[in-house]
Amino acid sequence: MNASQPNFPTRLALALRAFWRILADSEFARQALRLERGESAPTVPVGEQPKPAVFRETLSESALQLLALLQQEGRFVDFLEENVTAYSDTEIGGAARVVHEGCRKVVRDHLQIEPVRTEAEGARLTLAAGFDAAAVRLTGNVVGQPPFTGTLMHRGWRVAQITLPKLAEGHDVRVLAPAEVEL
Amino acid sequence: MIDARYAVGIDLGTTHCVMAAVDLTASDQDDVAQWTVSIPQLTAPGAVEDRPMLPSFLYLPHPDELRPDDRTLPWGEQPPFVVGELARAMGGRTPIRLVSSAKSWLCHPGVDRRAAILPVEAPDEVERVSPLQASMRYLEHLRAAWDQHYPDAPLTEQDVVLTVPASFDPAARELTAEAAEAVGLGHLVLLEEPQAALYHWILAARGEWRKQVRVGDIILVIDLGGGTADFSLIAVTERDGSLELVRVAVGDHILLGGDNMDLALAHAVRAKLAEQGAQLDPWQLQGLTHGCRNAKEILLGDAAVETVPVVVPSRGSKLIGGTLRTELTRDEVTRNLVEGFFPWVDASARPTSRARAALTKLGLPYAQDPAMTRHLAAFLARQVGATRDLAGFEDRLPEGASFLHPTAVLFNGGVFKARSLLDRTLEVLNGWLAAEHAPPVRLLEGADLDLAVARGAAYYGYVRRGRGVRIRGGTAKSYYVGVESATPAVPGMEPPIEALCIAPFGMEEGTQAQLPPQEVGLVIGEPVRFRFFGSSVRRTDHVGAVLEEWAPEEIEELEEIEATLPAEGRQPGEVVPVRLHAAVTEVGTLRLEAVPRTGGETWKIEFDVRGES
Repeated sequence: MNASQPNFPTRLALALRAFWRILADSEFARQALRLERGESAPTVPVGEQPKPAVFRETLSESALQLLALLQQEGRFVDFLEENVTAYSDTEIGGAARVVHEGCRKVVRDHLQIEPVRTEAEGARLTLAAGFDAAAVRLTGNVVGQPPFTGTLMHRGWRVAQITLPKLAEGHDVRVLAPAEVEL
Repeated sequence: MIDARYAVGIDLGTTHCVMAAVDLTASDQDDVAQWTVSIPQLTAPGAVEDRPMLPSFLYLPHPDELRPDDRTLPWGEQPPFVVGELARAMGGRTPIRLVSSAKSWLCHPGVDRRAAILPVEAPDEVERVSPLQASMRYLEHLRAAWDQHYPDAPLTEQDVVLTVPASFDPAARELTAEAAEAVGLGHLVLLEEPQAALYHWILAARGEWRKQVRVGDIILVIDLGGGTADFSLIAVTERDGSLELVRVAVGDHILLGGDNMDLALAHAVRAKLAEQGAQLDPWQLQGLTHGCRNAKEILLGDAAVETVPVVVPSRGSKLIGGTLRTELTRDEVTRNLVEGFFPWVDASARPTSRARAALTKLGLPYAQDPAMTRHLAAFLARQVGATRDLAGFEDRLPEGASFLHPTAVLFNGGVFKARSLLDRTLEVLNGWLAAEHAPPVRLLEGADLDLAVARGAAYYGYVRRGRGVRIRGGTAKSYYVGVESATPAVPGMEPPIEALCIAPFGMEEGTQAQLPPQEVGLVIGEPVRFRFFGSSVRRTDHVGAVLEEWAPEEIEELEEIEATLPAEGRQPGEVVPVRLHAAVTEVGTLRLEAVPRTGGETWKIEFDVRGES
């Protein structure tokens, strides 16, 4: 053990500071990623300022489209908007079947979802240097250098493919479900 | 044959359409480049998705119901109607504007198939369509979908194989071909669906099929789709040392399919809900039918499951409060489906039929007996002599056999996804065989129950070019016209009718029958009708044969046919003696012509002539 290593409270405080700064500061996050991958820190030329962080606005259209599909097939919005405390578990169970069957169909039809790790949960596995930190999250006793060996707690999910319906010009995605008026 | 890049198979089904293709340039012998073509369609107003199947539904919206943009198809059209998934969904809420089962209407002999009669229940302001137009709408959509995928190889320039039920009569076949030709599919042949299913089995076995059947086999194809039950018998023979397939018989047209079964279950469950005081509207009944179909497949697929919950979602946004919950039990499925549609019966069982009420509402002539097994027993018994004259089959059937003994069976259609229905059918069939000391049938595996017909049809387009085994057989009926016999008239009695054979059994595509020696009189300028008959068992009648009497189960009366001789150059009212000539076109439809004694002219005889009924 190196005598100059910080103790646990120091490490915890650093981790929390780093956590927030990684979220807020993309340049810091970039450097942290390099450090974490075991790459040497780049030398920043004197006088160069870090660029301001740029966050993307995600397109709300496809989110609304997916929500509309979940409502159309699985009554998802109806379910969320209802006050479940007023009903018995049997009643909620009946409705949950509608939601589960329909939403599952939407997900199966439009998203190809696969586990990030194919090993069984509970299995021991080793992560080599340079693993994708976005796809595998380290938890617990996160110290030392890769390769890391640990237990797979959750396999993770990743979307391999997404195919949403194509929409006509002028289609209002904000209408998740039209009102129905029976004549 | 044209210089097509693809052979395209189209299954124009009662409930779904499927399209498949074979790349002719990339295929060699048993190595066939074949796939199903996805069909873009509206799945919600303004939303288009690719789906493997096109539901055969046509919705005729009110002008205020959908904005033009909401009807936009990927190829830029905004037709005033909707086909496919969205049509089905909208029809569930507004059934009066939904056209369904157009195919069953297309072969309904009691209606004028060119008249705008659908939807039957539509109010007057809805502009109705004819069964023929509805079929054209589906084919137009499939053509546009194809052209979207393959803009350099438009469908009108490909070899198209369109499937029809084996039991389709000449009029229904001609109407199907007419619908296809009206949307520009000129390079067209028709193929019977059970044959398409067998072609798919051959394709899927990749050459190994020759090891799975042997000379002397009789393959029974049972095709149970959403709306129809279709039987065919195909014999395995030998010619010049290689195996050959001959379709020896097809069954009657039976309007009975998976939809009837799901509906039967839904009604049983609805009765249960009604006891609890819950009334369902049509939309909820549709939801219930859907739920019952899923529950049925679970119950019939897993013997360990005793009950499956079925829920009917509420109409309003209160999902939890309004959802009805019940369950489907194994006992209910067994009683309603297995015993109702596939009962244990003897080989001597026959479908029951009751006389129809004189004034029936305009509707489809659904089978009156829901028991598939009884229809099957009747078919095999009627066809007991189907292989009698086939070389190599003379001694196959033991003396005294009461029905034709199949040796192998191929199942097709979504109904058989419920494995226990397939098993029950096999058990019943094997029971009949055991009773006559015949070995049990072999199950031909490897079917693709939903997509096989379209895939097999595309493969047929390929083998037609001489690159694989073809099923021979030709027409599965001999045809007759009714002529009044020359006996003296007895007051108060209709003159007895005789049947004159004009087309023999087994006419191949692109062949002509001989001219019968007998002449009939046509009146110039007036439509003249003939009674028209078909027989699926009289295999040896030749053209010109005259039957004075026949057993009722031997010959079936079809719709009347009609000939009109134009008055040009002749005296109206004059009687011209003509002979009736039959041919089977390259497309696969029967064509009848009136040929006068002199002059080169011939006049087409029309099949679909009701109109005033």
